Amino acid sequence: MNSYSQERFDVLVVGAGPAGIAAAVCAAESGARVGIVDDNFAPGGQIWRGELATHSDSTESSRWYGRLKNVEIKALHGNRVFHQPEPGVLLAESVAGLSELKYRNLVLATGARERFLPFPGWTLPNVMGAGGLQALVKSGLPIRGKRVVVAGTGPLLLAVASYLRKHGAEIPLICEQAPWSKLVRFGLALTRFPQKIGQGLRLRQDISGIPFSAGSWPVAANGKNALQEVTISRAGKQQTIHCDYLACGFHLVPNSELPALLGCKTCNGSVQVNELQETTVEGIFCAGEPTGIGGVELALVEGQIAGLSAAKRNSEAQVLFSRREKYRRFARMMDETFCLRPELKKLASADTLVCRCEDVSYARLQEHCSWRGAKLHTRCGMGSCQGRICGPATQFLFKWNPDSVRPPVFPARVESLIGPPAEQSIPVVTGGHQ
Amino acid sequence: MSNELTVRVNGRQVSISVGATVAAAMMIAGQPCRTSVTGEPRGPLCGMGICYECRAVVNGIPHSRTCQMLCEPEMDIRSDE
Repeated sequence: MNSYSQERFDVLVVGAGPAGIAAAVCAAESGARVGIVDDNFAPGGQIWRGELATHSDSTESSRWYGRLKNVEIKALHGNRVFHQPEPGVLLAESVAGLSELKYRNLVLATGARERFLPFPGWTLPNVMGAGGLQALVKSGLPIRGKRVVVAGTGPLLLAVASYLRKHGAEIPLICEQAPWSKLVRFGLALTRFPQKIGQGLRLRQDISGIPFSAGSWPVAANGKNALQEVTISRAGKQQTIHCDYLACGFHLVPNSELPALLGCKTCNGSVQVNELQETTVEGIFCAGEPTGIGGVELALVEGQIAGLSAAKRNSEAQVLFSRREKYRRFARMMDETFCLRPELKKLASADTLVCRCEDVSYARLQEHCSWRGAKLHTRCGMGSCQGRICGPATQFLFKWNPDSVRPPVFPARVESLIGPPAEQSIPVVTGGHQ
Repeated sequence: MSNELTVRVNGRQVSISVGATVAAAMMIAGQPCRTSVTGEPRGPLCGMGICYECRAVVNGIPHSRTCQMLCEPEMDIRSDE
């Protein structure tokens, strides 16, 4: 890696999922010079991954892709923001090199990740996130004829089961940890959200015939070098199912590390914003899942508000407030429905690894009373993922709160950390690094 | 133009569709991406570049996040030890 570039924007958007696309489009349509930087090689984030290639005109995603194409936006794909050397400047790294991105206003649309909970065998190959397996299938993994148990909690499980079956997988069971009582209440309340009714009915048709168990969760995954079978708890009894994959995620958690690094205040892991989606740091806006898990409709409306606000079109942003409030109500319902049951705290046994980067077991963590203490004594959370996987798990298991975030917010190459050459006239020395 | 390309995973040839990620190629080959610090085989988990479980050696470069990397013809992919 040896390329180095500098860019300057009125509005820089981090994250090219629905919220980021909406923010970038709205800011650019308002005449601002806009850049959008994203770790993936195509826009769409996780939820619209691969949809750019499907050429369907009728979907929400294609409408936004259409608007995205019609405005001038500098897109930096395959670039990951890892540091803010000074206010108003972000550094991003790609395979090719380093970019210095200067901004007047910033929109953080960093999305969410799945929450994973440790249980015996969860580190075996082919035990994956529900969204994780779907992403791999969208990225070329053949799934036809494979048996996939889908487990965990949240609406994503149904979407993933539906997607995998459409692509030829056999789904012997969907295990949802939430009890039927909550799911029924959720289903009834959906009638207040017309857009969600249609989605719900379509999804119900898509998953018809797939066995679904509420109040059910995985207790162990078994296999020699990869997954062979999963044992689930269902109606108080244990049942073992042979399968090729376990697609298992316990709803989502906000990616709030970059906002936290930039000084934005968070509360229970969600970035705090005012009605214009502005964070506690002036000129830095946040939209979509980082402000609280709410789904794609909320992400889109928050993204539009953030983009318009960042481009100083506050009155246009205000028009969207009532729609945002409606989808925030939906988000609160989701939180209530898919909150984790206490039984899940008992899944890990003493030797179950909780931190997968540093292989720290549950028993070793039990000796400590804080995230910081566990980090210092066991290296939990100090590996490559920087606690993004074990952090939310330990928050649930032990009620530990994460420490402050320090740069680099993602692992970065030494060359990137050293920064750009001091004098642009100095030729870049190649070789001598790997 | 063919819709498939060939890569090598731990020395074994694997055919994969154009546009597929390196992580998908490793899973097709049935090879772990990396070995954990206590010696466990590991494969992709999050599929979105966050968990680092899918890191492997790609064309000699270690710690490459294979789920965020597209296969290229004749790529040499090895499990990270």
